[in-house]
Amino acid sequence: MTKARASGGWSCPRILRNGAIGAISLALTSLATLPASAQEVRSAVLRVDYPSLLPLSRLDLPVEDLGLAGAAVGTEDNATTGRFMGQTYDTVTRAVPPGDLAAAFEELVGQGIRLFVVLAREDELLALADAAPADALILNARSGARSLRSEECRANLLHIAPSDAMRADALVQFLVWKKWTDLFLVHGSNPADLALADAYRAAARKFGAEVVGEREFEDTGGSRVSDSGHVLVQRQLPVFMQDTPDHDVVLAADGTDYFAEHLPYNLWEPAPVAGATGLVPVSWAPTHESWGATQMQTRFEKHAGRTMREEDYQAWLAVRVIGEAVTRTGAADADTIRDYVLGGEFELAAFKGQPVTFRTWNGQLRQPILLSNGRMTVSVSPQDGFLHQRSPLDSLGLDEPESACTAFE
Amino acid sequence: MRTKTLRTVFLATTLLASPALANKVFVSNERGNTVTVLDSATWEVLAEFPAGNRPRGITISPDGSELYVCASDDDLVRVFDPETYEELHTLPSGPDPELFVLHPSGNPLYIANEDDNLVTVVDTETRQVLAEVPVGVEPEGMAISPDARVVINTSETTNMAHFIDTESYEIVQNVLVDQRPRYAEFTTDGAKLYVSAEIGGTISVIDLTGETPEIAKKITFEVPGVQSEWLQPVGVKVTSDGSRVFAALGPSNRVAVIDGETDEVIKYLLVGQRVWQLGFTPDEKYLITTNGNSNDVSIIDVEAEEVIRSVQVGQQPWGVVVAPD
Repeated sequence: MTKARASGGWSCPRILRNGAIGAISLALTSLATLPASAQEVRSAVLRVDYPSLLPLSRLDLPVEDLGLAGAAVGTEDNATTGRFMGQTYDTVTRAVPPGDLAAAFEELVGQGIRLFVVLAREDELLALADAAPADALILNARSGARSLRSEECRANLLHIAPSDAMRADALVQFLVWKKWTDLFLVHGSNPADLALADAYRAAARKFGAEVVGEREFEDTGGSRVSDSGHVLVQRQLPVFMQDTPDHDVVLAADGTDYFAEHLPYNLWEPAPVAGATGLVPVSWAPTHESWGATQMQTRFEKHAGRTMREEDYQAWLAVRVIGEAVTRTGAADADTIRDYVLGGEFELAAFKGQPVTFRTWNGQLRQPILLSNGRMTVSVSPQDGFLHQRSPLDSLGLDEPESACTAFE
Repeated sequence: MRTKTLRTVFLATTLLASPALANKVFVSNERGNTVTVLDSATWEVLAEFPAGNRPRGITISPDGSELYVCASDDDLVRVFDPETYEELHTLPSGPDPELFVLHPSGNPLYIANEDDNLVTVVDTETRQVLAEVPVGVEPEGMAISPDARVVINTSETTNMAHFIDTESYEIVQNVLVDQRPRYAEFTTDGAKLYVSAEIGGTISVIDLTGETPEIAKKITFEVPGVQSEWLQPVGVKVTSDGSRVFAALGPSNRVAVIDGETDEVIKYLLVGQRVWQLGFTPDEKYLITTNGNSNDVSIIDVEAEEVIRSVQVGQQPWGVVVAPD
């Protein structure tokens, strides 16, 4: 759409009445906009589709082009810039079940592609990183797993998606700023839920909040929604939340989306809920409007016919990281791009009010985290007063001494 | 209105040793959906009038007869009578107009359309769109060279200053600058172009005297006790003799004063919160800054390089223009 319009405009500039013709020192006619030969930047976006149940809320129903649409808009943005730089962008997208991932990756590598944006979980990311040829670079646009930023880090794997630790730190910073420091933690029983619970415990320790009590909400399986299911929820959940120590906030660690949405208003004691629902730490929300984000939202909505989700933003950002590195270095190979983005020069505007950059010790993209209530951006972390000798952004997530990553040394 | 202005001038001249010419100062209030009118002799608020939805960019015709306001959420430019504050008509602008620049002759108007990656050229008399020029992603800042042969557009996600030939409407040159370029400003002699990069935290000084435009220098900012992330240059104004450059530094609540010869920062002036755009009075005695988060404007005495006062305006002031003499 953009390209079609653009070329239309290029071909039919109209002449206006002549203004003052002065002697400008620019030799206008001798300047060419496009170099003669174009450089092609090839990359691939791979999304792994895991078997899953339907979400608790219809608003989160799966969409076919999740992440891929964000990558497409990013590619379009890169291509617009590339038009002025003599670079074209070719992005292949694939969505595959976990079992087909290795073959799909191998095929793309066989086609000569070396730049990958991957939306997958920890295990699949590690498998790809370990199977990748030496001259390839993978950008993680989904997993927040701690180990990927620490003992299981890989030199060829950079993390665009914020880590669980960054999200947890962002939320707990805000609660501490509010002086709501007594936290009651409710976590699920799946590994992803337990990992999130760990992140919240660590965040509480880090910023001086206290987890005054914990409870596990066991995943017993079954469907997520049943007709008039709210009747039982309304009776059972308060009982589950009975006899808790005094607390300011209930933290919900639900990485698998099976219980947290039911918590607000169904507690025994009145308390705000945060974490997986209520006040949620996110990389992006379809309601975010500050720092020019409205433009991103409208550009995306025009393209995809739906609102922009976190996976779309993360894929957009990953593709833009590649584009920015190509624009600045004039190179399209993974080594140059990796060196550039991890070097001191790289920075990128990402609708968060300050540049995003990479941590050189584990390849994590530094970024502010939005705290969204689903309808509005309530706040953005890091919060005022949480300082760091390098950047306030490094108060979120694994700091250099906390990370066991050595692959970047 | 005119009599009131004259009376104010009379009052001012009797009180002050040196006579000051009163000009109307127009401030667009992004959130308030209004324009506030100030008197540049007394700095009193003369009026506040409705200006459409989300008014941002604001400028005035060289003869002072038409006030142009980008009504971003109305997807058009509203044209007001600067005397009566009545809306005269509207101009087509393309979607989400934010900033624009008027040809020195008063026609046409070059408008940045953030949502469409276009610069729209509109005839202010016939109200027709003359051209749509495809530019980079999220076009924002607009400037026109003193000889009117080149229009500059900055694109916030592409991070370029695009040089557009005003006759052919072709882009003739692109200069890559730092992240999120917001504003472009020529020196009066046309020898230099200043381009601010909000997220990059720099102002690129582009030398136009060579065969091709070259970045001669990048101005950076440093204020003790202020996190470098908050030193975000947005609006830029240069005195007509080129000796001083003023840069609004957004959330750091400062305006940088820069030596126009060396392009070194001389000092920082503390102004209101989230300082966004700047406007000189025609005699360049005063510089007005819009402070979006404190709902006021700061008045800078240009020669003394001091803030002399602040004036409450409408909600979230964004742009400012002063009527010509």
